[in-house]
Amino acid sequence: MVQLSSTLLYISFVLYLIGTFLFGGAIRDKRKEQQGKDRWSQFGIAVTIIGFLAQVGYFVTRWIAAGHAPVSNLFEFTTFFGMMLVGAFIIVYFIYRLSVLGLFALPIALLIIAYASMFPREISPLIPALQSDWLHIHVTTAAAGEAILAISFVAGLIYLIRVVDQSKPSKRTFWLEVVMFGLVTTLGFVIVSTAFGLSGYEAKFTWIDKNNQSSEVEYHMPALVGPHKGELAKESAGRLDPLVEMPAIINAKKLNTVIWSLMAGAVLYIALRLVLRKRIAAALQPLAKNVNLDLADEIGYRAVAIGFPVFTLGALIFAMIWAQIAWTRFWGWDPKEVWALITWLFYAAFLHLRLSKGWHGEKSAWLAVIGFAIIMFNLVAVNLVIAGLHSYAGT
Amino acid sequence: MEQVKCECGHVNPHGTVFCESCGKPLEEQGEKSLLDMRYEGSARRSQTYKRTIVDQIWAFFSSVKVGVALIVITLIASVIGTIFPQEMYIPPNVNPADYYEEQYGWAGKLYYELGFNNLYGSWWYILLIALIGVSLVICSLDRVVPLYRALKRQGVKRHPHFLERQRLFGVSRISDMDQAVALLKERLAKQRYRVREEDGHLLAEKGRFSRWGPYVNHVGLIIFLIGAMLRSVPGMYIDEVMWVREGETKEIPGTNGQYFLKSEKFIFDTYKKGEDNEVFNAAIDRVGDGMIAENYQTNVVLYKRVGPTVAGAKPELEKVKEYPIRVNEPLKFDHYALYQVDFRLNEPKTMSFQLTDKQSGKTLGTVAIDLYDPKETYNLGNGYRVELLSYFPDFEFDEDGNPSTKSRVPNNPAFVFKMYAPDRPEGEVSFVAIQQTLEPFGDNKYKMAFAELETRNVSGLTVRRDFTLWILGVGGAIFMFGLVQGMYWNHRRIWVQRVNGELWIAAHTNKNWFGLKKELHRLLDGTGLTMPADRLEERKQAGQGGQAHGTA
Repeated sequence: MVQLSSTLLYISFVLYLIGTFLFGGAIRDKRKEQQGKDRWSQFGIAVTIIGFLAQVGYFVTRWIAAGHAPVSNLFEFTTFFGMMLVGAFIIVYFIYRLSVLGLFALPIALLIIAYASMFPREISPLIPALQSDWLHIHVTTAAAGEAILAISFVAGLIYLIRVVDQSKPSKRTFWLEVVMFGLVTTLGFVIVSTAFGLSGYEAKFTWIDKNNQSSEVEYHMPALVGPHKGELAKESAGRLDPLVEMPAIINAKKLNTVIWSLMAGAVLYIALRLVLRKRIAAALQPLAKNVNLDLADEIGYRAVAIGFPVFTLGALIFAMIWAQIAWTRFWGWDPKEVWALITWLFYAAFLHLRLSKGWHGEKSAWLAVIGFAIIMFNLVAVNLVIAGLHSYAGT
Repeated sequence: MEQVKCECGHVNPHGTVFCESCGKPLEEQGEKSLLDMRYEGSARRSQTYKRTIVDQIWAFFSSVKVGVALIVITLIASVIGTIFPQEMYIPPNVNPADYYEEQYGWAGKLYYELGFNNLYGSWWYILLIALIGVSLVICSLDRVVPLYRALKRQGVKRHPHFLERQRLFGVSRISDMDQAVALLKERLAKQRYRVREEDGHLLAEKGRFSRWGPYVNHVGLIIFLIGAMLRSVPGMYIDEVMWVREGETKEIPGTNGQYFLKSEKFIFDTYKKGEDNEVFNAAIDRVGDGMIAENYQTNVVLYKRVGPTVAGAKPELEKVKEYPIRVNEPLKFDHYALYQVDFRLNEPKTMSFQLTDKQSGKTLGTVAIDLYDPKETYNLGNGYRVELLSYFPDFEFDEDGNPSTKSRVPNNPAFVFKMYAPDRPEGEVSFVAIQQTLEPFGDNKYKMAFAELETRNVSGLTVRRDFTLWILGVGGAIFMFGLVQGMYWNHRRIWVQRVNGELWIAAHTNKNWFGLKKELHRLLDGTGLTMPADRLEERKQAGQGGQAHGTA
C-alpha cells in the first residue's frame, strides 16, 4: 500500500509536468489560429485531472496505510497543499477557461511538491496532541484555503509578467525578478538536496549547544558553516571542515542548507540569465502576451474572495476549536497561530483596499504576490526556523 | 437638516451624491465619467458633516484608509512578536531579563527592554485591537444605514444620466419595444432575478442580501472581541493547575470545594516496533524506538461534595463518574473541563527495608515506609522493633555539612533508623540513604537492607471554566456567515428602459463582472438587442485610464 501510494504521487508529478507543456503548447497554438477547437488545452486539462486523481489516490492509499489522514508532517502537509493548488486551478479553469493559468499554476504546484519531498517521507505515527478528527478537518480546510489564495498569486504573477515594462530596468522589474529568484532558489534547494542525498554525503559533528551540553549533529551537505565548537567525528574524517563556525543559538545545519540553496539558486539564476540574455520575467512575457488583463485581475480577486472565507474557517475557526480541545485554550499566541492571524489580517487589508480604495489591477497583483510570500513564510520559516507548538516538521 | 429635492420629486438627505430614487446625479457637472456606485451615492454622515469634534472623530474612524492602517500596524506588531519567543514560552524558572540577553545577546536584551517579550498583552497592542473594534463599529454604521435607505428607495425608472454612466451600458433601436421588454422580463425571471416593472421599464435585481455581508461579519467580529474582553471579568474564566498522584483524592481547584478528583492510574505509552502498525517502523527507527509518545492518560474518578462544607471535617463525597482523561479528550462536567497536560513518572511512594542480621544474613522482618506519611515506630514482633529517628525526603548536605532536606517531595529519601533487637535492647543507629549506609556509632550487628521501592506516577491537569466561549462561538459563526454572504454572492442589477424610442440596457454588480457579462450574454442571446459594452475596458483601450469605482 505504501509503495502504491508513492508510485501514485510520482505518476501525478510526471503528469503535472506533461500538463505544463501541453498548456504551453496551447499558448503557442492560440497565436496562430484564434478560431477552432483548442486541442492543446483540452489535452492539458485532461492530463492535469488524471494527475490530480493520481494524487488523490496517493492521499487515500496513504491514509489507509497509516490509519490517519496524511497531513501530519511537513512532507504530507506540503504535498497536500500542492494537491489543493492543482484542485483549485482545475475549478478556476472550468470557470474562466484560461490556459495560461495552467502554464503558471502547474509549475508552482510541481515546485511545492518537489520541495515537500525533500523532507522525511516516512509515515510517522501520531503523537497524542494530533490524535483527533480535528487534524483532518483543520489541516485540510486550512490547506485548501491557502491553495485557493495561492491561485490569486498565480493570476497576479501572470498580470505582472504581462504588464511590467521590461524595456528598461525599474523597481517593478527588480521586484518581479526577486519573485523569480525565489522560485529558482526553491528549485536550487531541491537540486542540491537531491544531489547530496543521492551521493549519500554524511558528516557527523560533535558540538556544544547553548546549554553547554555536548551533542551530535549529522550534516547531509558539506558544512560551509559549522555548529558551535563543532568537530568532525572520527568516522567522518576527510569531510569538509566548516569554513565558518556559528554561535550556539543559531542552528548551523539549517543555515548551511539555506546557504547551499541560495548558492544553487544564484548559479541557476545567473545561468538562466546568460542563456536567455534578458530578465526571466522578460523571457516569460511572450507567454502572457495574449492575456486579458481584466480577466487575470478578476481571477485574482475571485480567488481571494473564495479563499479568504475558507482560510478563516480552517486556519482560524477550526484551529481555535481544536486548540481549545487539545491545548486547553483556543488561542495562545504560538508563532504559527500568530502567522495565521497575520495572513488573515493581510488578506483583510487586501479586500478593504480593493473594495474601497480601488486597488485594482497591478496594485492588487502585487498584493497577491506579497500574500503568497506570507503564506510560504508561514509554511517554511515558521515550521523550520521559529519553533513552536506546531513544529512537528522535524529537521 | 436641509434636504435636496430631485426633479423626479424624491426628497434626498443632504449629502446625497445621486438621487436615491431615479439616480440622477445631484451635483452634475456634465461629466461623462462612470458613476461611483459605492454605497449607492448615499449621504454618509462622515462625508457630510465635518464641523464638530464628534464629526471629526466619526469621520476619522469611518475611513477605510484608517481601518486598513490599523490592520497593517497590528500586522507588523504581530510579526515583531514572533521574532523571539514570548515570555509564556520560555522556561518557567528563569529570570526573563537575563534569559533574553543570554539566549539572544544584545538583540534579546533590546527585545526585553522594549517589552516585546509580552507584546500581545501589552497596553498598546490591546489598544490597537480596541481601535480596530471602534473602527469596525463606526465604519459599519456610517455606511449601512444610508445604504439600506438608498437600496430600499431605489425606483424602477432611472434618469438617463444614471444609466449612461454605468459601466455596462448599451442602446438598441428596435421596432417592437413591447415584445422585447416582455421577452427580457420572462428571461430575467428565469435567471432568478426579482423583476419590477413600471411604465414599461424594468429593474431586475438579485443577491441584494450579499450587500449586508460585510456589516454582518463586522457584527460577528465585534461580538467576538466583546467575548474576548469579558474574559478579564472575574468569574467568567478559571484557569488552574492541579497535580494529582495515583491513588490520591484531591479537591479540584477553582470549584470552591465542590468537586474532588481521584487518580486511579496514569498511563504513558510510546510507539514500539513490533507492537504498532509496521508502516511506522521507518519513522520509529529515525527517532528511536520508544521515543515517540503514543498516549498520555489519567484514569480518574470525579466526586461531588454532598452536604455542607465543614472546616476541618473530612468532606462527604459522592461519585459522579469515572473517565480516562487523554490529550484531546478532556473530562467535562458542570462547565468545567479537566485536561491532561503534564506528568511525572515514578515518584517514590513507599520504600521497604528488611531488618537483617549482617552475619547470618537472616531477615527478621520487613518495614514498609510511606514516604509521605512515615510512622515513628515499626514493630516487627519477637522483640524486634525499628524506630525512625529522622527522615529527609529530599536529602542533601547543607552548607554546614549537616544532613537536611531540599523539599518535601521524596526525590532522594534518607533515613536515620534505630534498630532494637532482643540482643540489642539499647538499639543500634544507622543512617540509610540511596546507595549508602553509615553507622555513626561503630559496627552494628543488624542492618536495614533495601528491599524495594514502590513508585507512582503524578498527573498534571489543567482546570478550565470559560463562560466566554459561547459568545466567541456566536461571534465566530456570525462572522463566517457574513463573510460567505458577502463573498459568495453578489448584488446584480439590470435596468431596461425606454428612452426616446430606444431601448437602454445598463447593468451593475458589486463584484464578479465576468459572471454578470456571461449572464447578459445569455439574456440577450438571439434577441437582436445590443450587448451592453464594458465601458471601463473601452476607456482603458482608448488610453484614458480607468476610474476607480464601482464596488462595495
